[in-house]
Amino acid sequence: MATIATLAYLAASVLFILALRGLSHPETSRQGNQYGMIGMGIAILATILNSGMDFGGFVLIIAGIAIGGSIGTIIASRIQMTSLPQLVAAFHSLVGMAAVFVAAAALYSPQSFGIGVPGNIKGASLLEMSLGLAIGAITFSGSVIAFLKLDGRMSGAPILFANQHKLNAGLGILLLLLVILFVATGSPTLFWMIAILAFGLGFLLIIPIGGADMPVVVSMLNSYSGWAAAGIGFTIGNLLLIVTGALVGASGAILSYIMCKGMNRSIINVLLGGFGSDSGAAAAGGGGERAPVKAGSPEDAAFIMKNAGKIIVVPGYGMAVAQAQQVVREMADLLKKEGVEVSYAIHPVAGRMPGHMNVLLAEANVPYDEVHELEEINPEFAEADVAYVIGANDVTNPAAKTDKSSAIYGMPILDVERAKTVFFVKRGMASGYAGVENELFFRPNTMMLFGDAKKVTQEIVQALQR
Amino acid sequence: MSTQTELANRAAELSARAAELADFARRAAEATAPVAQVVEPFLLMLTIFLMACFVGYYVVWSVTPALHSPLMGVTNAISSVIVVGGILAAAAAESDAARLFGVLAVTLASVNIFGGFLVTRRMLSMFQKKKG
Repeated sequence: MATIATLAYLAASVLFILALRGLSHPETSRQGNQYGMIGMGIAILATILNSGMDFGGFVLIIAGIAIGGSIGTIIASRIQMTSLPQLVAAFHSLVGMAAVFVAAAALYSPQSFGIGVPGNIKGASLLEMSLGLAIGAITFSGSVIAFLKLDGRMSGAPILFANQHKLNAGLGILLLLLVILFVATGSPTLFWMIAILAFGLGFLLIIPIGGADMPVVVSMLNSYSGWAAAGIGFTIGNLLLIVTGALVGASGAILSYIMCKGMNRSIINVLLGGFGSDSGAAAAGGGGERAPVKAGSPEDAAFIMKNAGKIIVVPGYGMAVAQAQQVVREMADLLKKEGVEVSYAIHPVAGRMPGHMNVLLAEANVPYDEVHELEEINPEFAEADVAYVIGANDVTNPAAKTDKSSAIYGMPILDVERAKTVFFVKRGMASGYAGVENELFFRPNTMMLFGDAKKVTQEIVQALQR
Repeated sequence: MSTQTELANRAAELSARAAELADFARRAAEATAPVAQVVEPFLLMLTIFLMACFVGYYVVWSVTPALHSPLMGVTNAISSVIVVGGILAAAAAESDAARLFGVLAVTLASVNIFGGFLVTRRMLSMFQKKKG
């Protein structure tokens, strides 16, 4: 029976790998997701059949799956796509908490996992247990903070105080000491002390990180949830958990790396936080004698776009906030009827999670082959008549290429300034997240369209219909 | 005659040596056996863990950037395979505390399993090719 369970776990591991593999192309991705579901089903069935549980245990487990499953189903079918980042953060917190619970179960009933008897658990297992526990607890509280920040229930501004990093380092060392003591004694009191300390540390690690750095944080917590699962896998000697944890951990780590590269910042720089506090904003204005900003009306914009040959739309977080994706697609449809070629340019860190803009555009029925990544589309701006920048700012700022003193220097940007005309849909003249003023606003070929992203685009749509 | 006795003596000596060696080997094996039992499963797990990290590394780099959000959805759903640990804990009747923690873990992980796969399916169903 145990052999069958092991084979089932092997099958589930392979199916999970195929689920990730499917995401290499939108065509194969749906199939991949199904492989993932089948793998999970096999894993759960094999575990239930192999556990030799009594009827009471069976009822409890089915009740747990039914309650959790219904909640998950309801949430996932009602959630708006613009709220996706906070949903993912909330889900990460659940994995973290589940890891804490399984670690606790292994502490109180080690014989269920064959790692000893209560009060006398193998040292190696205690070490693995405390790692799974600590990473799980950090994932939980860190994800809760990320959720609150993304959901707007907590200010996205970094929360900073004196000696913050020293405090965190001190707590980290204390955590390490507690782990060593726990491995030596196996005391439940120490177990719960590790849990509480790790919860606190997760909270403190995420509060100094600003709202727009959340793509990195969400990816990193994704990675942590994987490492926590792997740690629990080592504790209870379960190969499926180890394999899946490693897959998820690697995936989150790669996403964090891609996001950091998209901002030309190191992961350490992001994690230390404090970026995006508005301290730099005043200093950046410097120039003084600038050409006045040219503001236009939606009608002007509609006229110019109607007569353009090629338009590139550059969406940013502002489009998500204003829920403007649907109107943008309507605008593109009308323009296409006029014979204009429309495509979309996505910066790797646009939005609040990796791939956020792609999902929103897909939701608005924008075909995915019109949506392009930075390297792919950057050469095309030179041939474009219009760049329509909606709710994006820092990712278009040429200061990243020219101004060595700028906070965003070295960040890869979308070369919108090469287009014949640039429209910026913006609420006002405020700087972007990095607190750096965008000199593009003052260029002669730039026209500002002040107002809410959705309203402005709607007015363009009306003007195009006339 | 003398050569025959010598040969017999040599043979006896050799067999005694062999017996000694066998005994030594047995004692050595006995001494290392507990170590092998502790180390081997861990090494096996570590090997599999590292291999899985490499598989994850190469598979995830092949994911198209447009699908990075669904990637997070799927990885989130499959990391809930931690439900397996919860089931094993809930199945054990030895400790009520362990059983409670197990059921809680199963419930939380189930939110994730159903929610994660479903929200990913919703996302993926929206990605469409240009018509015509």
